[in-house]
Amino acid sequence: MNAFTYTRAEDVATAVGAIAGDGVARFIAGGTNLVDLMKANIERPSRLIDITRLPLRAIEPTSDGGLRIGALVTNTDLAYHPEIERRYPLLSRAILAGASAQLRNMASVGGNLMQRTRCAYFYDNATPCNKRTPGVGCSAIGGFTRYHAILGTSEHCIAVHPSDMCVAMAALDAIVRVSGPGGDRAIAFEDFHRLPGDTPHIETNKWPDEIITAVDLPVRGFAEHYAYVKVRDRASYAFALVSVAAALRMSGGRIEEGRLALGGVAHKPWRDRAAESALADQPASRQTFEGIADLMLRGARDFGFNAFKLPLAKRAIVRGLAQAAAVNGAARP
Amino acid sequence: MLKLNGLARPLDVAPWTTLLDALRELDLTGTKKGCDHGQCGACTVLVDGHRILSCLTLAVMKDGAEVTTIEGLAQNGTLHALQQAFVDHDAYQCGYCTPGQICSALGLIYEGRARTADDIRELMSGNLCRCGAYPNILAAIETVMKTSSDVPPR
Repeated sequence: MNAFTYTRAEDVATAVGAIAGDGVARFIAGGTNLVDLMKANIERPSRLIDITRLPLRAIEPTSDGGLRIGALVTNTDLAYHPEIERRYPLLSRAILAGASAQLRNMASVGGNLMQRTRCAYFYDNATPCNKRTPGVGCSAIGGFTRYHAILGTSEHCIAVHPSDMCVAMAALDAIVRVSGPGGDRAIAFEDFHRLPGDTPHIETNKWPDEIITAVDLPVRGFAEHYAYVKVRDRASYAFALVSVAAALRMSGGRIEEGRLALGGVAHKPWRDRAAESALADQPASRQTFEGIADLMLRGARDFGFNAFKLPLAKRAIVRGLAQAAAVNGAARP
Repeated sequence: MLKLNGLARPLDVAPWTTLLDALRELDLTGTKKGCDHGQCGACTVLVDGHRILSCLTLAVMKDGAEVTTIEGLAQNGTLHALQQAFVDHDAYQCGYCTPGQICSALGLIYEGRARTADDIRELMSGNLCRCGAYPNILAAIETVMKTSSDVPPR
C-alpha cells in the first residue's frame, strides 16, 4: 500500500468539500474493495476521507411510498431489514447471494455500487489494462475469459460488474441519490453504471467529486413474483458466472409486466427494454421464457473461454422467469 | 484507542496499518494472516459484536471500537464453549484457520439467523479450511448452538 493521509468527515458537506479538486483522493466506508485494491497497488489514493461517521445509515419511507436506503447501510442490515424482506425480497435474496457474512457486515450500499471489476487482468499490474492505463490495450481479449462479458463489450474492455445487489436494484428501477459541489441530483439506476466503450476507466456517471447519499426504491417491489438465480463455480462465496433478477406482475397464468436484469455478463447490470416489453400479456410458459431469453441475448457474443455463458444465460433466464412466475411471497423456494 | 478484549489499548499506527497487522504487532498473533485479501476468513475478529475481516479494515478507522479476538474468548482459564467444542469434535487439522472459524462462528451465533445445518454452511462460507475439516467444524458449531446458554450475550 502507498502512503496516504487520512481524514474523517462528520457530514456530507465536509466530505464533498474535502474531495473537491483532489482527483486521487478517495472516500472510504466499508473498505472491502478499496483496501484490497490499494494492497494490489491498483488504487493509490493521496488521501482517504473516512465517511463512516456521516449520518447515512437510515432506511426510511419516501413520500411516494417507496424506501430510501442510506448509502452507509451495511449489506447485512439491508438484506435483513424487515421492510426489505417483506416488500423487496428480490433485493434481500440478491444481497445474500453475494460475498460472505463478514464482508456483508462491512460493505456499504454506496460502496457496493462503486466496487470495481474483479477481472484478473485489471488486478494484475504486470499486464496491460485500459481501465488502469487508458489506451494500452485489453489483456483479457484473447486471454482467459471464463469470467468475462458477453453483452455490451467493446474492443477496449470485456470486464463485468461484480455486484449481485446492483442487479436487483436495476430490476427494481432504483434511483441513486448523489451530492456534490453543484448540489444534489438523482441518477436512474440504469444510467448509473456505464458500458466500457472507449473509456472503460470511467465506470459510472457519478462525478468523482460527488458522494452517494442514498438509493431510493420505488413503491413497487414485486414481492409476489420474483427470483434471483445465481450460477457460480461453487455453491457459496463466489462471483456470478451468470445471475438473473426476475420480477413479474401476474394475473392468473398471464404476465402483465416483467422486469429482468442480468449479472456477470456485462460491464453493468444488463437490462433490455425490448425484451421486457415482449413479456407483457404473455402466458407464463416455457415457450414464452425461451423467446424472451433469445431476445435478451440477441446481441451476445463470446470471447472463447466464456462461450458457455451464452447457453448458460439462456437457461438461467428461463429458470429465473419460471421461478418468479411460480413463486408467491408466502411460499418462496 | 481500541477496547481490545475488554481492555483499553492505546494504538499509534500509520493510516495504512490494517487492523490485522495492528493486532499482531500487539502480540495478539492468534488472529491469522491467510490470504490478506478478504478471501479466506482467517483474520476474522468481532468489532462491536459483528464479525468482520481485519485484513480489509484500517485500524485507524476503528478508533474507539470494541474488538474481540480469539485471545479474548477464554475466561479465567476456561475455554469458551466454541473453543471446547472445536477440541471435542476435532474440528481442525493444521489449526491455521481455527481462530477465524471460531470468531466467525461466535458472530454467527450472535446474529441468530442460522436454523439448519445448511444455514450454518452458507453463513460460514467466508471461512475456508484447506485441511477440509468442514464436517467437524459444522458439528462443533451445531453442538454449541444446541446449548446456546453456554454462549454469553455480547
